[in-house]
Amino acid sequence: MIETISLGRDFKVRGTLVPAVRDLSFRVGAGEFVGCLGPNGAGKSTTIKMLTGILTPTHGRALVAGLDPTRQRKALARRIGVVFGQRTTLWWDLPLRDSFELVRLLYKVDRNRFRQRLAELTEVLELAPFLRTPVRQLSLGQRMRGDITAALLHDPEVLVLDEPTIGLDVVAKAEVRSFLARLNAERGTTVLLTTHDLGDIERLCRRVLLIDHGRLAFDGSVAELRALVPGQESIEDVVAHLYLSSTPAAPRTPRRTPDADPPTVTA
Amino acid sequence: MAAFVLYLRLFQYGFRRHSTYLAAALAGAFTNTVFGVLRAYVLIALWEARPGLAGYTLAEAVTFCFLTQAFIGPMQVFGRGLSFGDRIRSGDIAFDLVRPAPLLAWSLAEDLGRAAYLTLARSLPPTIIGAALFTMVAPVSPWFPLSFALGVVVSFGWRYLVTLTSCWTTDDRGIHTLSALLTMFFSGMVLPLGLFPGWLRTVAEALPFAAMVQVPADVWLGAEPPLQALGFQLLWAVALMGLGALLTVAARRKVVVQGG
Amino acid sequence: MGSYLLLAWTWARASAQYRTSFAVSIVSSFAINALDAVAIGIVFLHVTTLGGFSLREVMFLYGTGGVAFAVADTLFGNIERLSQHIKAGTFDTMLIRPVSPFVQMAADGFGAHRIGRLAQAVIVLSLALPVVPWSRAWMVPLMILTGVVIFTAVFTLGAALQFLLVDAPEIANAFTYGGVTLTQYPLSVYGDQLVRAVTFIVPLAFVNWQPALYVLDRPDPLGLPAWFRFAAPLAALLLAGCAALAWRAGIRRYRSTGS
Repeated sequence: MIETISLGRDFKVRGTLVPAVRDLSFRVGAGEFVGCLGPNGAGKSTTIKMLTGILTPTHGRALVAGLDPTRQRKALARRIGVVFGQRTTLWWDLPLRDSFELVRLLYKVDRNRFRQRLAELTEVLELAPFLRTPVRQLSLGQRMRGDITAALLHDPEVLVLDEPTIGLDVVAKAEVRSFLARLNAERGTTVLLTTHDLGDIERLCRRVLLIDHGRLAFDGSVAELRALVPGQESIEDVVAHLYLSSTPAAPRTPRRTPDADPPTVTA
Repeated sequence: MAAFVLYLRLFQYGFRRHSTYLAAALAGAFTNTVFGVLRAYVLIALWEARPGLAGYTLAEAVTFCFLTQAFIGPMQVFGRGLSFGDRIRSGDIAFDLVRPAPLLAWSLAEDLGRAAYLTLARSLPPTIIGAALFTMVAPVSPWFPLSFALGVVVSFGWRYLVTLTSCWTTDDRGIHTLSALLTMFFSGMVLPLGLFPGWLRTVAEALPFAAMVQVPADVWLGAEPPLQALGFQLLWAVALMGLGALLTVAARRKVVVQGG
Repeated sequence: MGSYLLLAWTWARASAQYRTSFAVSIVSSFAINALDAVAIGIVFLHVTTLGGFSLREVMFLYGTGGVAFAVADTLFGNIERLSQHIKAGTFDTMLIRPVSPFVQMAADGFGAHRIGRLAQAVIVLSLALPVVPWSRAWMVPLMILTGVVIFTAVFTLGAALQFLLVDAPEIANAFTYGGVTLTQYPLSVYGDQLVRAVTFIVPLAFVNWQPALYVLDRPDPLGLPAWFRFAAPLAALLLAGCAALAWRAGIRRYRSTGS
């Protein structure tokens, strides 16, 4: 469902090319639930943005639902749903219901299909009390449920979420998690999420990708991730150990000098 | 002494806050220069047909044109309100109104810092490029810097009043547009006030907006006796600030005592 | 096209709900833009011709340029907010939707209040129409249409420039608002170099100047070939092509901000 081949993106920073993501190759099958971990600035968001067609890769390529995100961006948009935890894809000043109506128009969802889907999601995510409230007045938890609904109205095969549980309280987090688990189990939607919350990883993801310094540092199950650092009780300590041990002495180096690359952990 | 340090800090803060937007200021200066060139050609066509119109020579009219463009940044000729407008809308203004330092003095210090920065970033480029492309006249009066500064203060006094009215209205866009209209038209920004017909000219030359653009430009050109010009500006500065102080008292009563 | 209309309609409905601010917006936009027309009136208190053109003729130029600009601004002017969208992260959102971000941005927050600008230009143009001879009147709708295309292309180029200069979006104003200001007066008042630049580089001379020379039957002060008067559609297409390429290049180079 998702495939990347030596995917990479450089950014020009004050005249020099700095790679944010490099040589990233992985494959996610249909119906998988994959979590993406990595320290701040590791390249998770850049990867997500390349997979969703927001950023054009400078190296390699990606295929999502069989489509090239850059060249077939609009076709891909109909088949994937995207949620950003840090910002909303809804319209700030409009009531939630009107935002959904705009989404319907953008995705050309059939009116009856839309009503039915919205009714389902309204019930499961308990949106009814605030459907008429402008988005700016929603609590973070309500807004996140609204954003997830907006991303699913066109019934996508793949759902990509960038830090969907960031800033949510314990209850809201639990609600979002159980909804995503159900979506994946019942509808078979492929889910790829990035997170800093290891609770998300432990409760949801059968598979973990660890991205560090723009590279894939680990790809495997949660149990395999634990086994990497023996003697650590909690998954938090395991991940903290991995982040720390891979910190390079020097700042990130350009792609053309591979020998200067920082050591990475591989499975 | 402590008060002086406070206001100096606020001045520096206003200066520094705007200096982070250098690219935006330079882009603004570029746009002002382009408009200066376009308007200069129109004035040249007018003055070639009617030499000596409004008491200006051709070179003086062109100078006037680039000065109006140079004043846009520091004098905020498009009538944009002060930064505390957002705080009125969010209700945070209540904290500002109960501070020991008066809001009027506080925001004046900050706004002067802003104007000082924009003078460098947005006033110098149009003036210099205008002088390079066209024949312009150099400032004749040593009073120009003072007149320029007074123009900024009058502009501040006006915008302070406009911004404070938000305490009483829910939608302040109407009043801001009205302010922009009055400022652009009656300051001399659109055309020198000397070109206005009879009574309109008399009215325009008496309003505070003239003190923001027309009067400082005339002081540069030596078209008006400097003491008379400065007196006019000072009068409006004092009047607007006085009104501002009164309105602040009313705003405090409204926001702090009545709770918004 | 269909998406644009649906989105614009949804937005217009939303904005009309706030009736007072809606009325205030229309009046404001009318009045602010009418200042330029008032300035022309004041100039003509002192002269009978400017650059060789009478008041009515200048009003014809002002009206045609103004209407073309107002239509382009109403339909697509919103794309000048690209840098705001990039900074707020909303441009990312537009890229994950199955509709072109250009259309989404143009329709975003569409409000009928922008007709204020159009209204004042239409009034000035209708007052100027007596200068147009019947036999040449066919050129007027054509020049407005090509003018709309040229200004839309200028708006697009200005927006494409903001991909590079995210922190300096005001640079686009020099070309968009500067462009319409230029077309308000006969180009004969401007310097030859400037007129050549807006004929051959940014073809604003084709918005109304060249076609108006035909409508008003005037010689070209620069002595450019007579067929230039009919070349506006060609110039508009060329510029539109450049704008489309620049926009695409901008999207390819786009670097999203933040996380």
